[in-house]
Amino acid sequence: MEFALKFLPLAILIIPLVSFLIIIFFGKRLPRQGDWLGTGFLFLNLFLSLYVFIAFMSLGNYSITYDWFSLGANETKFTVGFVVDQLSAVMLIVVNLISALVHLFSVKYMEGDSKYSKYFAYLGLFTFSMLGIVITNNLLLMYVFWELVGLSSYLLIGFWYEKKPPQEAAKKAFIVNRIGDFGFLIGIMIVFYFIGNFAFSEIFSGISSGKIPSGWLTAAGILLFCGAIGKSAQFPLHTWLPDAMEGPTPVSALIHAATMVAAGVYLTARIFIMLSADALTFVAFIGAITAFIAATIALTQNDIKKILAYSTVSQLGYMIMAIGVGAYSYGVFHLVTHAFFKACMFLGAGSVIYGMHHIQNISEMGGLRKKMPITFVTFLISTLAISGIPFTSGFLSKDSILASTMAFGSINGGITIIIPIIAFLVAGMTAFYMFRLVIKTFLGEPRNKEKYDHCHESPLQMTLPLMILSGLSIFFFYSFNPFGAEGGWFINVLKSPESLLVGTKGAIYHIVSREEFHEALHHAHYPAMILSLVLAGLGILISFVFYFWNKVDTEKLKKALNPLYKFSLNKWYFDELYHYTAVSFVMGLSALASLFDKYVIDGIVNGAAYLTVKLSDFGGLFDKYVVDGLVNFTGGTVWVFGMILRKFQTGRVQTYIGFLVFSIVLLYFIFRWI
Amino acid sequence: MAELKILGIGVLSWMVFLPVLGMIIVLALPKSQTKAIKYIAAGFMVLLMFISVYMLANYDSSKAGVNSLEGLQFVEKVTWIDVDFPAAMIGKIHIEYFLGADGLSFPMVLLTALIGFVGAVASFSIKKNEKGYYAMYLFLITGMMGTFVALDFFLFFVFWEIMLFPMYFLIGIWGGERRLYAAIKFFLYTLFGSVFMLIVMIALFFSSKDPQTGLHTFNLITLMNPQTFPPESFFGVLGNTWRLLAFAGLFIGFAIKVPVFPFHTWLPDAHVEAPTAISVILAGVLLKLGTYGLIRISFPIFPDAARYFMYPMAILAAINIIYGALCAMAQKDFKKLIAYSSISHMGYVLLGMASLTTIGMNGAIFQMFNHGTITAVMFLMVGVIYDRAHTRGLYDFGGLANKMPKYFAVTMIAFFASIGLPGLSAFISESFIFLGGFNNEIIRIVTIVSATGIILNAAYILWTVQRVFLGELPTKWDGLNDISVRELISSVPLIVIIIALGIYPSLFINLMSNSVTQLISFIMK
Repeated sequence: MEFALKFLPLAILIIPLVSFLIIIFFGKRLPRQGDWLGTGFLFLNLFLSLYVFIAFMSLGNYSITYDWFSLGANETKFTVGFVVDQLSAVMLIVVNLISALVHLFSVKYMEGDSKYSKYFAYLGLFTFSMLGIVITNNLLLMYVFWELVGLSSYLLIGFWYEKKPPQEAAKKAFIVNRIGDFGFLIGIMIVFYFIGNFAFSEIFSGISSGKIPSGWLTAAGILLFCGAIGKSAQFPLHTWLPDAMEGPTPVSALIHAATMVAAGVYLTARIFIMLSADALTFVAFIGAITAFIAATIALTQNDIKKILAYSTVSQLGYMIMAIGVGAYSYGVFHLVTHAFFKACMFLGAGSVIYGMHHIQNISEMGGLRKKMPITFVTFLISTLAISGIPFTSGFLSKDSILASTMAFGSINGGITIIIPIIAFLVAGMTAFYMFRLVIKTFLGEPRNKEKYDHCHESPLQMTLPLMILSGLSIFFFYSFNPFGAEGGWFINVLKSPESLLVGTKGAIYHIVSREEFHEALHHAHYPAMILSLVLAGLGILISFVFYFWNKVDTEKLKKALNPLYKFSLNKWYFDELYHYTAVSFVMGLSALASLFDKYVIDGIVNGAAYLTVKLSDFGGLFDKYVVDGLVNFTGGTVWVFGMILRKFQTGRVQTYIGFLVFSIVLLYFIFRWI
Repeated sequence: MAELKILGIGVLSWMVFLPVLGMIIVLALPKSQTKAIKYIAAGFMVLLMFISVYMLANYDSSKAGVNSLEGLQFVEKVTWIDVDFPAAMIGKIHIEYFLGADGLSFPMVLLTALIGFVGAVASFSIKKNEKGYYAMYLFLITGMMGTFVALDFFLFFVFWEIMLFPMYFLIGIWGGERRLYAAIKFFLYTLFGSVFMLIVMIALFFSSKDPQTGLHTFNLITLMNPQTFPPESFFGVLGNTWRLLAFAGLFIGFAIKVPVFPFHTWLPDAHVEAPTAISVILAGVLLKLGTYGLIRISFPIFPDAARYFMYPMAILAAINIIYGALCAMAQKDFKKLIAYSSISHMGYVLLGMASLTTIGMNGAIFQMFNHGTITAVMFLMVGVIYDRAHTRGLYDFGGLANKMPKYFAVTMIAFFASIGLPGLSAFISESFIFLGGFNNEIIRIVTIVSATGIILNAAYILWTVQRVFLGELPTKWDGLNDISVRELISSVPLIVIIIALGIYPSLFINLMSNSVTQLISFIMK
């Protein structure tokens, strides 16, 4: 293999970091504050990662590892390294493509911002961190980049930190992610305890030789997955993601499509083969629950970005669920297709917000198709894709996932049937709320005439990324057969790896071989396709009935379903729940600890000091009256004698001589007498 | 026994007594020569850094040291006190001037030199009786440096006590409003701990019998050898009550310095009242003396007791981590918040030590160093804002990010380092500590509970960022200037080290890892 090619992935990783460093230090002094530099670097990166991918197709997997540091002579070695395989090769393209387009889009969108150069620097940092997650070949390093993604998201979500909501959102994103990372960290500890190494290859070979007992393996799998619950905004840690909409809209596109939320799915895919049956059950159910909750919330939201945010959460649930049911390749496939059409929608929303001068409420929009034709068409294509309409990429990936859940249900039976049921329900809801968004925004008549009149199509820097991304939502980029991904080149590249635990059984889950799964999948393919088309069509139809033809009075419907409507509108009250339980608990505990410290512990310390002082006061009194009394008594006696004797001190020599003589005579007699 | 000399005098003696020389010069200068005094003091600290770099160049990291005399480096050993009491029962008292360094102490020597320099530069803002201040400051460095390199218990104790005296005055004279209270609290608290140490020290002395000379000894290396205690002596039987009691007594002495819950309340008071530079020294170096004492004296002399008390120590560590973080969260004073975060982070050190695993112990020592650099920057940054605004109330600020961008950047790096962000040094040490704690089955659960500290830690730091830096700038702070060159000189070197060790930790780990391996294998034998 060519030397240069081998290290290309490393170059791809470093380039955005260089962009970050240059812009953060010299951005203000560069022409145009360095936006061209960041953007140019990313397009270069895109080119390089395409090259890596093509090379990978002919060369296959490879991985390079370096020593980082080691403890003692024969102790643990820590390594850094990267791997190029089907997963990372694909993700490199996705991340770089979207990041490059987001850079391009931002040039116009962020124009005139007071922190313009910083913004581009942070984008570079974000991309760097995400690329690190993608290419690393060991778990500890993944955690490293994982946290760096946390940092960059903090910086970007809170980019407009002069205002309160972005501050809160950034803080929330970081802390909620930390909760997931706590689990992730413990998972890493378990793996390290049994394997003594962090490299994926070592971990997997250790597991296949049975180094981790099965109970611990399940625990490790679930705990590692906790990291993904945080980053990919899965239930119950999904609440940060909608709030993260406070960041600039292109950032939302980046977070929701290519970085951050993709990281969780990516991690789950990376560790897929080591997940035990019970861990996979957990993953599948978390994914399904998330998909369902988010979809129900998205039904009633009115902020264009919030709807997209919940749809992202819901789709992420799909991906996680797909990996959970064993459809690794479809989960990742959906990650890729979703990345493109969701990025397109977010940038499209950005274009709308830009054109509407910072209006985000879809109730104030309407009729924008005339003013913003390019935005409209691209948005529509993406919406068709997310709704799973044939000839789109979304149809291919979503349909495969739905079929997989059916296959999963048929293999395992029992309670697992819930998963395909939820999956199909969500498909219908998705079509409904996405078309609700399109109709209310682009179709019908303008509801805010004034804003509408001032509205305009965005410039080419913004529409070009939209066109590229919506173009990538067409089926033939992934498979020449518009009705099935199977057999297409993409799925061929992205084959599911065989689980290390094939044949093992959990409480309700049986890990079957790939062949067996395919067999079931084959049977599920057509029923799933027909059912999903019917449900999607139904969703779209209802949406038109409600919002385009206005055949149903939605206000009345809201009243009729008031509790449910409120429940959805208020996001199932998760924020309130967390606020009144976890947050209040910790804050209360903190106040309590502080008071305890001040009054009890320091009270004891000061009390002890006080007692000592009092004791010494007592000692002082004793000293003064008893001890000193004796001393003074002695002194007094001496004093009295002194007073008397003083009389003899006359200062006259004659007197002294007289005394002297007297004394001598006296002494003479005394000694005589003795 | 490697030696290294400059002008015929051992390097460690230079490191210990050069500040005293500086102090004498400072005292000889007239009081009005404040500029000369400042620069002479700082100059001596620079000299100390040069010598430590020279030592670093000559340091052989393959040597382990700890309990083997051969593995020690830069050794200086001469008889100091040699008194014979022929008639009395005491016998011959033989005390040595015995200095040396190994992987446990050398990193701390480097830290002391580094933080000493940083503190000297930060002291330039002192405007009251500079002569006295710098004399005390230099004397303090001697006390700390001496404690780190002394290998004779008596000598160790002397330096330990020497350190108290300048610290008392530095807080008591140059401190804030409640400086006298804080200074006396610090002084008495530490003295209280010293009493225990003194008792154990004397007990060790009389119980010991140097296998070679047959005399009682204070030599720490000899005391680590179990043969030193005849079976009929106090500490002669491994695991006996006396040994456990002695360990507990020493632990209290050291725990007060760390500080370990519930002996920690002197620290927030001392920090809040101390001038910036002294807070930097206090958090940066002084606290490490406690944990250093544990691994230099308690653990190797009483390995049986260390194993016995592993679990209670881990519990105390967990309390420190979580309780410290919770208290930090409740603070309204910027400096007090950092003080409590210090308590929390020193808990990590104790946890790593209690794990009694190689990786955990490596993490603990590395964390001692990292906490030293990171917290030093944080206190410097608190000082920066206090010098300008004359308040430290977290709720008094807001919006400083745009007003003082450089200040914001430096503080953010220190803050995120304290959260344990990868790429910055504390990430490595904290990960080691957790991995070590988890690898020890006895304290595994405690470790998991402690790990929730990373969430609380992020919460209070980010909340602080929000209150101080984000949002709108109150109009009263329109006149604030960004961080000055002098302030950058004191903080940027630390930032560079924090980043460098985060990316390439071998720079540090190689210094200590052999000694740690030796220490752990000796304790677990």
